[in-house]
Amino acid sequence: MRYRLGQRVRVRNAPSVGHVRTPGYVKGKTGRVERVHGVFGDPESLAYGGDGLPGQPLYLVGFEQREVWSGYAGGACDRVYVDVYEHWPEEAP
Amino acid sequence: MLLVEKGVLLREEIHRSVDWLVSRSPAEGARLVARAWADPEFKARLLTEARAAAAELGLDAGPSPRVVAVENSDEVHHVVVCTLCSCYPRALLGPPPAWYKSLAYRSRAVSDPRGVLAEFGLELDPAVELRVLDSTADIRYLVLPRRPPGTGGLSEDELSELVTRDSMIGVAEPAAAAVM
Repeated sequence: MRYRLGQRVRVRNAPSVGHVRTPGYVKGKTGRVERVHGVFGDPESLAYGGDGLPGQPLYLVGFEQREVWSGYAGGACDRVYVDVYEHWPEEAP
Repeated sequence: MLLVEKGVLLREEIHRSVDWLVSRSPAEGARLVARAWADPEFKARLLTEARAAAAELGLDAGPSPRVVAVENSDEVHHVVVCTLCSCYPRALLGPPPAWYKSLAYRSRAVSDPRGVLAEFGLELDPAVELRVLDSTADIRYLVLPRRPPGTGGLSEDELSELVTRDSMIGVAEPAAAAVM
């Protein structure tokens, strides 16, 4: 596992090619690892009949809503959490 | 269809799996919640490893996708969505409601969750931390709602009747205890 609980990570702002489960709204955004779920088959391979290997560690990353959405109208403490596979986040600067 | 034609799956296997999934109902998830309300040690096990906890009640959360239970409190409220499709803890709750699969819910639950909750009749205090969980991968989230006040004397069966499907998604609170 490259990332650990509590670590700040930024989701790469890369184009989605094929089947990608990283939603666009968190690309380029920085959040914090909230859970380390373990290793799962890579959906980007599985979706096309591949074997999903090498498996990718899966992380629950939490973001502050006001950093994700400009003009977010909710509470200042509100957060959005997304499960991302390891090849999408990078260490936050 | 393709998988059957290629001999990967038998038609009967697909029918059996689908039949099993659509026969699940929110009553099963409600039993988990009621037990968690009544038994703090069970709640701790549910929050740590939902599948094993569900098995204690004879419920099969399935090995995949993995179910994770998250707890609401006075300070934190969770709501679950799948923006990409309609991922949902079907093994414990049965099929998702039509609105959960709608483009409106899937897009607004992440960007305007308080607006969405208000439309469901749930107004959260601004100081409460609202956590939206977008089930984008192999995990299915089940919300453990807060136990309603005035329910101390209820049996587990009576408690489970208060646990609504919508409260386990997070767009509503459980039903209030009936006033005697």
